[in-house]
Amino acid sequence: MSKLFSIKEDRSLYPEKNVEGKIDVDLSSHKYLKMWHGPQHPGITGNMSLEITLLGDEVMDCETHVGYLHRGFEKLMERRKYIQCFPLVCRVAVPEPDFNEYCFAAAMEELAGIEVPETAQWLRTLVLEMGRLSSYLMWIGGQSGAFGQGIVGQWSNYMRDSILDRFEELTGGRIYHMYIIPGGVRGLLPDGFKDRMEENLKFIESMMKDIDRVMFNNAVFKKRSVGMGIIEKEWVTKFGITGPNARSTGIPMDVRKDYPYLMYPKLDFEPVTAQYSDIYNRADVRRRDLLMSVDLIRQIMAKMPEKGEIRAETPNVLHWKVPAGQTYKRAECTRGEYGYFMVSDGSEYPRRINVRGPSYTHAVALLEKMIINCNLSDIAGLMVSLHTYPPEIER
Amino acid sequence: MGKINDILSPFTAWKHVVNEPLSVKEPLKREGADRYRGFHKNEIDKCIGCGTCEEICQNAAIDMVPVEGKETKDGDSGLRPKIDYGRCCWCALCVDICTTGSLSMSNEFKWIDENPDNFRFVPGAENKPWDDKEKGWKKPDYHLYNPERVEMHELKPEERDKSFIEIIHGYSKEQALLEADRCVACGICTATCPAHMGIPEYIKAIRNDDLEEGLRILYDTNPLPEICGRICTHKCETVCSVGHLGDPISIRWLKRYIADQNPSDKYKEILGTENIEKNGKKVAIIGSGPAGLSAAHYLSLMGYSCTIFEKLPQAGGMMRYGIPEYRLPYESLDKDINYIQSLGTEFRYNTTVGKDITIEQLHEKFDAVFAGTGLHLGRSTRIPGTDHADVYQAVDLLRDIVLGNEVPVKEKIVVIGGGNVAMDITRSLARLQNQKYGKVQIITTSLESEDIMPADREEIVEGREEMAQIIPGWGPVSIKIEDGKIKGLNVVKCLSVFDEERRFNPKFDDNQTNFFEADMIVESIGQGMDLSYISDKTKENLKLDPRGRIIVDEYFRSSIDWLFVGGDIIQGPDVIHGIANGHKAAIGIDNFINNQNK
Repeated sequence: MSKLFSIKEDRSLYPEKNVEGKIDVDLSSHKYLKMWHGPQHPGITGNMSLEITLLGDEVMDCETHVGYLHRGFEKLMERRKYIQCFPLVCRVAVPEPDFNEYCFAAAMEELAGIEVPETAQWLRTLVLEMGRLSSYLMWIGGQSGAFGQGIVGQWSNYMRDSILDRFEELTGGRIYHMYIIPGGVRGLLPDGFKDRMEENLKFIESMMKDIDRVMFNNAVFKKRSVGMGIIEKEWVTKFGITGPNARSTGIPMDVRKDYPYLMYPKLDFEPVTAQYSDIYNRADVRRRDLLMSVDLIRQIMAKMPEKGEIRAETPNVLHWKVPAGQTYKRAECTRGEYGYFMVSDGSEYPRRINVRGPSYTHAVALLEKMIINCNLSDIAGLMVSLHTYPPEIER
Repeated sequence: MGKINDILSPFTAWKHVVNEPLSVKEPLKREGADRYRGFHKNEIDKCIGCGTCEEICQNAAIDMVPVEGKETKDGDSGLRPKIDYGRCCWCALCVDICTTGSLSMSNEFKWIDENPDNFRFVPGAENKPWDDKEKGWKKPDYHLYNPERVEMHELKPEERDKSFIEIIHGYSKEQALLEADRCVACGICTATCPAHMGIPEYIKAIRNDDLEEGLRILYDTNPLPEICGRICTHKCETVCSVGHLGDPISIRWLKRYIADQNPSDKYKEILGTENIEKNGKKVAIIGSGPAGLSAAHYLSLMGYSCTIFEKLPQAGGMMRYGIPEYRLPYESLDKDINYIQSLGTEFRYNTTVGKDITIEQLHEKFDAVFAGTGLHLGRSTRIPGTDHADVYQAVDLLRDIVLGNEVPVKEKIVVIGGGNVAMDITRSLARLQNQKYGKVQIITTSLESEDIMPADREEIVEGREEMAQIIPGWGPVSIKIEDGKIKGLNVVKCLSVFDEERRFNPKFDDNQTNFFEADMIVESIGQGMDLSYISDKTKENLKLDPRGRIIVDEYFRSSIDWLFVGGDIIQGPDVIHGIANGHKAAIGIDNFINNQNK
């Protein structure tokens, strides 16, 4: 059967690559088609675009274009007092804002020498795991949708909404939580929160079984993802790849383990890895990471204290002068290592804040390399499999 | 097998066909969570318009605007926050930092309106459907600024009850920095301070550890910071926005910190007053109290040569002869006065205007005259027995203590009065009793009940710590005298002091009586002015109001064009008012003299 439908590829007509690994494109030859993929394309993860050169339906060359979402947060923060940056940072990565809040607060607290109360640290850990869960649920819809399975997106959106409901009752906001305030957090768990959360987690677990059957045990999905978009192990250090993209190559790289923060040392978990990194394995690593997140939320809710101080005493936030110095605080988000580099000159305003969004490495340099010889119809699936969020590229 | 399974298993999704849809069917009816950060609410009567919400808002979504029915007054700017929902990012930091707790957010998040302008409104002033909603984001338990005051070290009662050593130690640098950090810099204090001192600015100078800048800001509006830093009536602290949900900022003690930390020999260099050009004009000032000193200071800066005529042997007026040393040590007083003297002001002590020199002579010799003669005549209750020799006036006794005259101290003393002067004489006499008899037997009684006693709270507390009995709420009826000796004071219960129109009209319950044993009575129910230094001839041209006070314009100029009058005799007993009057009068005198020369 398979022989009947297979088409023998004749690659003799394909252009030779030059020493830089690129082809010399002569558009006047009418062999090539140059087209823009995005920024208003449903297969693009957010507002960025790819300028691709096609030969037939195969990508010969690609240049990524970012800047559609540039809001200049890093610069804005230099003109705002520290506390005024707090409502700003969550906007750096829209679908997963909590890691910004945490890294910003942790950097400030380290420079100012503030000890965060234990209850607040537990709540921070909880919120970060909830953020991870909702972010993966958003990704899984995109990954399956990119290969034509709309149903998974519909299910996962509902699951994500149920987590957003929990965010809403805990933090007061659904998308921008503004919960991890420098010094601590802004509220204890509401009454009955754990029960409602457990209900959501059970629902998510049962739906994930359905998603297993519909997406991961699906011939179409396997056909299009297995062996597609492979990340070589040696690229990890070369490109600075982190997170599930790196873990799927077999390297157990996880900030939660490598640079323990918050209450992660008290939680029982192992980084999820795979043997080699193609689209399918990366998706599977994320699926298992998602389920681990469900488990971690349960562990946190079981271990955390019910009551306690939620915010350390800080100087008056209206004129909080953070002692001069610099620090880099990191956390493991769904895309990899998220980090804030903060420099203080001892004034009321941050001198420089630099955000390390993992999408910067994954969506620009790595994608440009991986996309060559990719079929036009697989570009969306490939991009989503790198799990990139353009807002964190552009800060 | 696996491959067939991969083809079949996706079809299991069909089982959901029989399930109910999960989506929210009527999203517009969905209620926000209990903590949801929705549209703002503001309890407009509780709000004081401090503008801290506007200050913290990083989007500049909040403007403080005047609203109908809210007037600017002490402790209330009259402004209320107007929120622009085109800018608001719903972070609720405005709610978290609100100094009064008036601002909150409802859990309402749906609002449909075709006019975009409607999305800018003043919560509380414009009625909205969510105004009665209970749920939403409330001011949390944690604090974005410290609501608790940094404790001030002071002498313990047993260390101070026999001596006149200063009680308050003053802040150390660390304490001052912590206290200064609490300020939200709203400026409600500046508006209320009679001298409109740049309070948030000098507190900022403390935070920046730039005490020289702090001193410059102090001297912009107040030439007596050492004094005010100790005994000012601190109206600023009464209205301090942080005081609504915590302790007000110790503005007075922070001022003292700046003044204490700057050495007096550097004042001229710091304040840039080393070379003041004289303009050749002369101003006479009667009385060296706060008003006179303030006028002398600001006139000296303008180049005038000032001469202060003081009846008593030293300068300071009531600040020296009325306020006990344990509250205001003489070296602090002298630091401020010596600086003003160093600017070229001449002091003529033991010179009584009206006796040693007439006011007409002053007019002839000087270009203008400023009188800040204060209230030095004690008022009497005039109850039966007050003509007895052992009934004294508090101001007279306080003056005698400073002058070193012999002060009569009996074993049992009753003080009538509930103001700060009454507390001063109570605590001074308690110290003297302790020195003489080794124990304190002094009762201080006032018409006012404890909650409305005009004395500062700490004075009452500290007085009690020093073993004085302070028994408020009794009205004096008569002094019991037997064999020519005072036995005590008969009093009746006082039910209320003021009538509904806030006029002094005490009501008594004659059935409830009491008797306070004493062999000496001190009256301290207020002071009157002595205008005898103004000759009858000059008085003819002087306009007085029905209550006998001199009528002045906004620059404290009386109906006689060369005579300016300020201080206690115009605005009642208060140092900071005197300072403000003196400053304003200095400007008035400058205008008057300049206009005269044209």
